[in-house]
This record gives sequence, C-alpha cells and structure tokens, in this order.
Amino acid sequence: MLRAAVSLLALPLAGAAEEPTQKPESPGEPPPGLELFRWQWHEVEAPYLVALWILVASLAKIVFHLSRKVTSLVPESCLLILLGLVLGGIVLAVAKKAEYQLEPGTFFLFLLPPIVLDSGYFMPSRLFFDNLGAILTYAVVGTLWNAFTTGAALWGLQQAGLVAPRVQAGLLDFLLFGSLISAVDPVAVLAVFEEVHVNETLFIIVFGESLLNDAVTVVLYKVCNSFVEMGSANVQATDYLKGVASLFVVSLGGAAVGLVFAFLLALTTRFTKRVRIIEPLLVFLLAYAAYLTAEMASLSAILAVTMCGLGCKKYVEANISHKSRTTVKYTMKTLASCAETVIFMLLGISAVDSSKWAWDSGLVLGTLIFILFFRALGVVLQTWVLNQFRLVPLDKIDQVVMSYGGLRGAVAFALVILLDRTKVPAKDYFVATTIVVVFFTVIVQGLTIKPLVKWLKVKRSEHHKPTLNQELHEHTFDHILAAVEDVVGHHGYHYWRDRWEQFDKKYLSQLLMRRSAYRIRDQIWDVYYRLNIRDAISFVDQGGHVLSSTGLTLPSMPSRNSVAETSVTNLLRESGSGACLDLQVIDTVRSGRDREDAVMHHLLCGGLYKPRRRYKASCSRHFISEDAQERQDKEVFQQNMKRRLESFKSTKHNICFTKSKPRPRKTGRRKKDGVANAEATNGKHRDLGFQDTAAVILTVESEEEEEESDSSETEKEDDEGIIFVARATSEVLQEGKVSGSLEVCPSPRIIPPSPTCAEKELPWKSGQGDLAVYVSSETTKIVPVDMQTGWNQSISSLESLASPPCNQAPILTCLPPHPRGAEEPQVPLHLPSDPRSSFAFPPSLAKAGRSRSESSADLPQQQELQPLMGHKDHTHLSPGTATSHWCIQFNRGSRL
Amino acid sequence: MGSRSSHAAVIPDGDSIRRETGFSQASLLRLHHRFRALDRNKKGYLSRMDLQQIGALAVNPLGDRIIESFFPDGSQRVDFPGFVRVLAHFRPVEDEDTETQDPKKPEPLNSRRNKLHYAFQLYDLDRDGKISRHEMLQVLRLMVGVQVTEEQLENIADRTVQEADEDGDGAVSFVEFTKSLEKMDVEQKMSIRILK
Repeated sequence: MLRAAVSLLALPLAGAAEEPTQKPESPGEPPPGLELFRWQWHEVEAPYLVALWILVASLAKIVFHLSRKVTSLVPESCLLILLGLVLGGIVLAVAKKAEYQLEPGTFFLFLLPPIVLDSGYFMPSRLFFDNLGAILTYAVVGTLWNAFTTGAALWGLQQAGLVAPRVQAGLLDFLLFGSLISAVDPVAVLAVFEEVHVNETLFIIVFGESLLNDAVTVVLYKVCNSFVEMGSANVQATDYLKGVASLFVVSLGGAAVGLVFAFLLALTTRFTKRVRIIEPLLVFLLAYAAYLTAEMASLSAILAVTMCGLGCKKYVEANISHKSRTTVKYTMKTLASCAETVIFMLLGISAVDSSKWAWDSGLVLGTLIFILFFRALGVVLQTWVLNQFRLVPLDKIDQVVMSYGGLRGAVAFALVILLDRTKVPAKDYFVATTIVVVFFTVIVQGLTIKPLVKWLKVKRSEHHKPTLNQELHEHTFDHILAAVEDVVGHHGYHYWRDRWEQFDKKYLSQLLMRRSAYRIRDQIWDVYYRLNIRDAISFVDQGGHVLSSTGLTLPSMPSRNSVAETSVTNLLRESGSGACLDLQVIDTVRSGRDREDAVMHHLLCGGLYKPRRRYKASCSRHFISEDAQERQDKEVFQQNMKRRLESFKSTKHNICFTKSKPRPRKTGRRKKDGVANAEATNGKHRDLGFQDTAAVILTVESEEEEEESDSSETEKEDDEGIIFVARATSEVLQEGKVSGSLEVCPSPRIIPPSPTCAEKELPWKSGQGDLAVYVSSETTKIVPVDMQTGWNQSISSLESLASPPCNQAPILTCLPPHPRGAEEPQVPLHLPSDPRSSFAFPPSLAKAGRSRSESSADLPQQQELQPLMGHKDHTHLSPGTATSHWCIQFNRGSRL
Repeated sequence: MGSRSSHAAVIPDGDSIRRETGFSQASLLRLHHRFRALDRNKKGYLSRMDLQQIGALAVNPLGDRIIESFFPDGSQRVDFPGFVRVLAHFRPVEDEDTETQDPKKPEPLNSRRNKLHYAFQLYDLDRDGKISRHEMLQVLRLMVGVQVTEEQLENIADRTVQEADEDGDGAVSFVEFTKSLEKMDVEQKMSIRILK
C-alpha cells in the first residue's frame, strides 16, 4: 500500500522534473494547427502538485490507520516523517536533486494557520484560563531560559573546543540558534499529546505553552537576527531595551489583533441569519485575516489567531446555525490535520536534501543534550516557584512529562531555513542540528512518551459524560468561591472570573449574540440540551417507535404537555395505551407526579405501532439546525421527547417529568398561544356543550372557562391533572360487570363528526348512559387489561374505518396532565353521557369535588379538561375527534 | 514565638480556632483583619447587614444564601470563630490533612465531605436533608438567568433531580448529592488558595 502511494507520487514528480528540459524545444516547432489533444501540465502544475501532495498525505494516513497496532505504538507524526524521508529519497533519486522542501513561506502562511486556529478555537477555555499563570510562566520565562542557556552553553562548548572550528559562530549566533531551537512546537506537541491522553491540566500546560511561546520565539529570533546582521559591535544598549520592549509589543499586539478580529467575527455572525451558508466561510476568513494582519505588522501571528479562536468561539457558536457549527468543526479539523500531515511529510523530505546542511557531531550532540537538560532544569525550577502559588501543585511526575514533552518541530525548522547564510555563516550546521533535534524529539521522544506515561502512571484524562448535576454544581461552586473571596476580601482569580462573566453577560453577549441564540449559551441549558439529544438519538437507535404515538413527530409542537394528536387514528392509538393502565397503581402512588409518570408510561406503551419513518426524520440532527426562530420550538420538541423518554424509562423511580405547564414565553410564542387558545376554546365550548348536559358538575363552568381563556396567563404552577378517557367495552363487559351495556354500545360511539348537543339526541347515543354508569362505578378499580395486542388490532382496523368495531377493549386514554390544572381536588369524572341517561354522580362525590374546586380561582381551568383538551395549545384537535371519548379526570387530591 | 503570642492576644481563642479550622497563623490574622473591617460598628460580631455591604455579593446569584450560611439556626450575629469556621470549608486540602485525619476525632472542616455538605446546605433551604425538586428549581432559577423560560427550567430541574435521585423519592439526599459529584475534583473546586 505504501509503495503504491509512493509510485503514484513519483509519476508527476518525474514529469515535473523533466518538463523544464522539454520546454525549450517547443518554440522551434511550427504551430500545429488545431490540436485535438493538448497537454497543459504547466498551467496546472502548482495546484496539481499541491493537491497531489495532500492526496498522498491523506492516503498515507489511511494506510497507517489500517493497522491499529502500528498507530497505537507509533505516533502518526513519526510515521509521516519516515514516509517523508522515503519520499524525499525517491524524489532525490528520480530528479537527481532535492525538490519540494518545506518552504518557510508556505509553512507560515498556509500550513501553520489552520493548525493554530484549530487549537485555539477548540481550546478548552476554562481550563486554559484556570492554568493561565502556569502557562504564561512556562511560555515566557521557560522559553527565554531555554534560549539563553542553550545558546550560552553551546557557545561555551565551542570555547571549550568541543565544536569543530569550521562552525563559525559567535555568541550571538549561538543565541540566535538557541532562540529558534528552544521553542516547544505546537504542531509536534499536539500531534503527540493528542494520542497520549494525559490529564487535562498537564495537557493544557504543555500545549498552552507551545502556543503562547510563539511570541517569545518570534521576538527572540528577530532580535537576535537583527543583532547578528548588525554585528555584535554595533549593538547598543538601547537595542537591548528595544528588544525587551518588542517582546511586549509583539505579544500584546498579537493578542490584541486576535481579539479585535474575534470581536469582528462574532459581530458579523450575528447578522448572518439570512445567509447561513457563508457562516463557516466567515469564521475562516476572519481568523485568517487576523493571522495575516499580525504577520503583516510583525506581531505574533500564532498568538493572534489563538486569541481569535479562543475569543470568538462562544459567540460564534451561539450565532451560527447548527449545520454551520458542524461545518466549521469538520473543516477546521480537516484543514488542521491536513496541514499537520503535510508538514511532517515535508519535514521528512526536506531532511534528505544534503546540500543544505553540514554535519558537526559536537554541535549536534551538544544541542541535543543541552535542550533536554535545560528544559528539565527550567521546568523543575519554574514548577517549584509556581507550586508556591498553585492550589494543586504539579508533582514530580507531571514535571517529568512536561520536560520530556518539550518537542521541537517545524517552526524551528522553518526559522532556521530562513536564516541568511551570508550573515550567519554557520547556517548549514544549524540546519543539520535543527533537523536532528526535530527528528529526535518527534521520533524518539514521541515514541517513548507513551510508554513513559504509562510507566509513570501519569493521571490520564477521564472522559465522562457530562451530567446536569455536575454542570449545575460546578457553577454553584464557582459562585460560592467568588462569594467567599468577596467575604475574605481577597480579589483573586475567582473574583475576576466572576466579574468577567457578569460583564460578558451584561454587555458582550448582548452585543455579540443573536437574541434568539442568547439563551442557548447558558451552559446548564446546553448540557441539558445535549443530554436530550443524546438520549433521544440513542433511544431511536434502540427502537424509537416506542415514542412515536405521543405526537412527537410534530416538531413545532407548541408545548410539552400536548398530546397533539391530529387524527382519529392517533387518538385511538392513544386510547389503546389505556388498555394496560393499572388504576390501582395510580391510586396508591403518593403524588400526582407519580401518576403522571404512569400516565406517560402508558402513553408511550401505546405508541408502539406508529410508522417509524416520520419519527426518525424529525429526530435527525439536521432537523435542529433550522431557523433560529424555530429553534425554541424544536427544543421544546426535544424536551418533550426527552421527558417522555425519561418517564418511560424511569418507572422504577415513579417520577414523572412532565410536570410543568406551558408558560407564556416570548412574545411570538404568546401570540401563538393566543391563537391556540382561541381555537381551543371553540372546541372546548362545543365539547362542554355536549358534556354539560351529561355531567352535573360541569354546568357552571363553561362560563368560567371563558374567563380562563382570557386570563390564560394566570396558570398555576403545579398541574397534576390527569385525564383518562375511558371507554367501556365488551371486554370488560364480558367480565360480567355490566353485561347489559354490551348490546347498547355499538359502533356509533365513535366520533360523531361534530359533537353538538343535537347529536346527543341521536338514538345510538342512548347507550352511553349505561356505559357511563359502568365507568363511574368501576373507576376505582378499572381493571388493568392486558390485551393490548387485541386492542391494537382493533385500532388498526379503526384507522381505515371511520367507525370502530363495537367490541373494543376498555379504553383508558391517558392524556398528559392538563397544563393548567390545579392541585386541588378536581372534578373526578367528566362523563359525557346522554342527558337522558339515568346516570348521575354520587351526589357526595360530585358536590365535594365541586365545592372544593369552586373555592379555587383555578377552577375554570380545570373545566377545560376535556378529553384531548388536556392541552391549551391544542390547535389541531378537531372537536369531532374527541367527543366519542369519555373522559375521566383524576387529580391529585381526589381519591376515587 | 513572641510575635505569635502577641497575635494570639489579638485574636481571642486564636489557638483553639486554629486547631479547629486548621488555618495557619497568617491566614487567621488576615481573616481577623477582614472580620474587623467588615464589622463596621466595632460590635465584635457581624450581622447580615455587614455582609450585605460587600458589593460583589449583591450581584452573586448565591450571595444571599452564602450570607445566610454564616448565620446558622437563624441567629442574627456571627462572631469571629463562627466566621472562620464557615470559611474553613474552603481551606485547600493538604497532604498533612489526610495524614493526620485518622487520629483526630472530628473530620477537618475542609474535608471533601464537609465541603460538599456546605454546598448541599446552600441548596437545601428547608434543612430537611434533601434537595427537593422545588429547591433545585430555585437554585436553577438563580443560576441560569432570564434566558431560559420557566418551563425549560422546570424541565432541567426535573431532569437534574432525577439524574441524582437514586431511591426514587423525588429529591436529592446528601448521599445522592455526594454520589452525583463523585467524579468531580471537589477538593480542588471548593478550595481557595489563600485560605491556607
């Protein structure tokens, strides 16, 4: 496989190499007229080669990962460098000269930015700022220390005569070399540490250092380089001062450029609502602009793009659409991984070019030893100081890993290539040494760091799923610590973080975030949201059909409590769930919430047989990412699904999560509610009209309901109402309890198209009275009937027929709790029955229920508890569908 | 040694407080200084008003609860030992703490358990040893802010309680609370470095 990739590469390379020799011949020939076929290699050469290189690199990656064993032992960066060496050797053999070096220009302008942007954008910002002190110390002090000690020690080595005299270098040259060789390289560190999985703190310190030390490296390199060019004799004291000042200018300037662009980026994405498609492009463009701007102003470009990614992420992620977020993520990862691959491969290829470097064993060995030694020494010294101030000290093992993880990489190589040979006569030696150092750190240290980490038993990072509790408590702890710092009167880290968060919340987020997106950025909400999606997806994977009957297919379902059935079919299905309802259980549970749980459980039970296709579609991730306006509804939908899932899965807890009722939310939502209310009231009124005559309890309440619909905002918090739609059927009847009603309850019970009072006059309605009697007498112990299958069959037949078979199983439709139901004892039964029927409530019960309910202001709301009227946003419910159901409403406090 | 005794004179019962809380002499002095600064009328104790004067506490969502935690059992004043005792929860856990833990009779105030218990009682307003759904909702309301609707908050509260609730009583007991955080580095997240 590897060979195949190589030979594939060799072809165009050979072509490229030979092309120049052929070219001079062509002008001499006469123009050949119209060409049928023309070979235009030169016109496409450059992009073609770039594409080919990337292709080769990608193919190589695929090949490496074919064997898990190899990649688990050897870091990818090592393999790529080795591949580069092989390829370089082939190129050298074919073209007789080294081609395709790692050009510093290409590296700094094209290969490095994606990697740095990726690492900055996906940097765990909390962790980063928690350890900012240590990171800055290692990045600034550590790099300076490394540069000066290594440079000085090498100079000492030369003075001691251990470096061959042909290496013509003075102290300044060595310091220059020390400055470029001392910086820990972000690309190499990332490549190796991502596979090692050390704990987060250790990772962020090493990695953060490698990113932030760029400013120091750039400054040191530039200062030393200009000193060398000026000649040590001409350097004046002010130049040293300027050098120190430029450290601040370069680092702070770079960071400032990055933050400015982050601000611009966040602000721009706030207004992309109608042009979602360019959102990912904006992210990359502005981040790249930050890089180029900093580079242009000779500031630290790495710092700029790191800060840009770090700063903008929160707002950008909130503003852009879900799809854009995914696009940004994958594009960034793809670009970074691609650039990284190419860098390492080109590093390998570049090393083959022997014309560029000159070997000196003393210098190479000395450099290797010194960088390892001084790195370790520097880490130990700095850590000792830092540990005086750290809450969690870095222990010895951490220090070992940090010392050993100081990998050098392509940055050093690119910098050393950039040296001017006329000014730095020892450039070739430095190049050779740099190559050896880079190869040694990447290959030897990269290979051994994994076993080392294992052997030292370094604390590994544990990835555990976020839980709401952790998220919430973490926030609590933050606030507690901030408060305690206030009390103690010490304005420490927590104090400032708290201040920053308040500032961010008050001003920055308001300014930079879309209003609709603002809410989503709450972290607790975020975790909740992600948990919901995860659960929903996993649930769908396990068999999402369980959910489907609860109306979850409606993405815009306005409220969590709505059963939202739009068709008779669904209605009947739902009713089917009642077949397995055990009322005894419900009666014995302690609270209304438990009952709701049972209700939800049975609702879900009943949903087993809905076409699963629709549901899946609505659960896909793409679904979420639509208009920001719809997002809220979508989330409600997700919640809804989730809540039902929970209640379904957690029956052992007997806890239901369906409690809250819709609240007036944003204005847009409120409007919808208004419409819904209007529609619902229409339907309800009709239902009421139908039922009023039947049940004594209802007579007063239709008027109250009108008030209620007006003042729907006065909903009460706790809504424990549960509506069962009960139907007496032949099955129960067969048990001999109400044998007489069997003949009387024929099909017509099903769904009169519009339930008006007039319909009650219909002859077939007369049977309902008997049924009602039955239900009322049996309410306390409606028998759990587990004949769901039979019932399901009857339902499926119902779907096609407008009227159900008369031999239905007893149906208890459990509706979700009415959103506005109150806690107080409610009318226990709403039994639509023919006015002529002999049934009446037991007077005591009816009166009790009524008197109690009248005492509360919330009473009117409960009157809405009609079958299928459980929801106030019940816009799609046609009154006709509901009327054939008899509704028994159980409320907390009313023990039937 | 001489300076120490003079400090001990400044802080009444300094040594016994130190033994109980584990604070260093320097920390105790710093806290005593702060205590006197907060005690504006030189009453010798702090009232709720004194703590409410701290500006940043007013904007802290949990500020009121944290102030309240200084006044156990509804008392109106907190003296210096009580003040320090609360703050001792946030003393970083050190190696010597874990070493000397066994011989000591009471658990040090900055043990993981006590740190967690401090957080727990900020949730548990009615002191029934359980965080009910309602209490959880109240905390969430404080923390999440206005962006999330009440309905969503309730969903979150439900889910949060259910996540931690193991015995199915619809509330989070301290044991369950501890368990839900067992993966978290509480010793680190509930410590303030300067309180050594």
